[in-house]
Amino acid sequence: MKPSAFEYHAPRSVEEAVGLLSELGDDAKVLAGGQSLVPMLAMRLAVFGHLVDVTRIPELRGVGPAADGSVTIGAATADTALERDAGLGRTVPLLPRVTPLVGHFQIRNRGTLGGSVAHADPAAEYPAVVLALDAELAARSVRGERRLPAAGFFDGLWSTALAPDELLTSITFPVWSGRCGFGVAEFARRHGDFAIAGAVVGVELDGDDRMRRAAVGLFGLGPTPVRAGQLEKEVGGRPVTDCDAAQLGAIAVSDLSDVPSDMNGTAAYRKRVGAAMVARAWSSAVTEAQQARSGQEVHHG
Amino acid sequence: MADTTVGCTVNGVARRSTVEARRTLADFLREDCGLTGTHLGCEHGVCGACTVLVDGEAVRSCLMFAVQAEGCEITTVEGLTSPDGTLSPLQAAFREEHGLQCGFCTPGFIVSATAFLRDRPHPSEQEIREALSGNLCRCTGYQGIIKAVASVAAEGRG
Repeated sequence: MKPSAFEYHAPRSVEEAVGLLSELGDDAKVLAGGQSLVPMLAMRLAVFGHLVDVTRIPELRGVGPAADGSVTIGAATADTALERDAGLGRTVPLLPRVTPLVGHFQIRNRGTLGGSVAHADPAAEYPAVVLALDAELAARSVRGERRLPAAGFFDGLWSTALAPDELLTSITFPVWSGRCGFGVAEFARRHGDFAIAGAVVGVELDGDDRMRRAAVGLFGLGPTPVRAGQLEKEVGGRPVTDCDAAQLGAIAVSDLSDVPSDMNGTAAYRKRVGAAMVARAWSSAVTEAQQARSGQEVHHG
Repeated sequence: MADTTVGCTVNGVARRSTVEARRTLADFLREDCGLTGTHLGCEHGVCGACTVLVDGEAVRSCLMFAVQAEGCEITTVEGLTSPDGTLSPLQAAFREEHGLQCGFCTPGFIVSATAFLRDRPHPSEQEIREALSGNLCRCTGYQGIIKAVASVAAEGRG
């Protein structure tokens, strides 16, 4: 259980880091919190000649102030920092709400937002939040900066649209305002395990209790996180009282085609669990939105 | 080729060593510092036996390379005991409440719970259970461990 030998690099700036990635090519891997990468190295599921540790780059850390209706978070910001950030509970409530479900607190002290998103485990919470909220991802390489939409970013199992020489530097989340509510629900056999299935939900209601927008992200239910597009379309403009949570859960999983089957459960079981998780997350999001009075700033706990 | 130097403070003692880059912090503490209180169970971040404090935060020392601890302050289970050998309140409570049997997992539990009680001095039992869920014990059935942590919390001496 020892990683094979590698050379360690600790760049102090993004420029230096992307220079290393460009120079070292495929034999280099970005090391952030290491909570997924190091076990893979220890079990020799992954072997790299060079590790580029990005946790010593100050510009990659921190939660920026809300601006232009969005919040930008450095890719190497630790999960714990998201949990403790006072502002995120109001601006992007899903982030502090899913964080306690990420591993255990010892893992969250090292794990990072960008590490989780770039690792792109289909059962992880952060990628589903990124996808559901249409976040924008900033990637740097020696060739320049690209800004990538969340849609299409997760392009396969543990695979993203990032090029091998690109470094994910930050993620920008839209700030929802108005009568909004958010919910998360997941089922795991033990606390801290990856979920068998889970869902994150955001809803916004208009003054007449009609659905102004809905965003639903599913995890553990495919090779990538999945957006419940059909559900979102169906509820558009409908009175919230016409939206039955259990029915919506069934719709959300109805067109999933690539649900994993493994020792933790068959695809059919996962779909059933997924539908129940959508229903739960939906109900709590709707309850929260209904409690938010029109025209008032919502304070999400 | 892959050797590198690391300088850090371990239980208050400044250390500088040349280590292989792939040396985990856990192996560095055990092999290079001779601090064998930090135990290695699974070596892939599941069991929690290797938990130490890095700059005050509880982390898995098997999921961190020693070179990443450059400039950091590390506290192991040995560092929780007073220089005269007096056990910390939590260490004493583990003994009083039968919080250990074979003792293999104990360092990880004690280090984790020390950080937890510092951040949350008055936890509910549910919070204690959740905080301890990242550490595995195969002997005790956890009841004594939870009692030990709860007793320190109740006495406000975490």
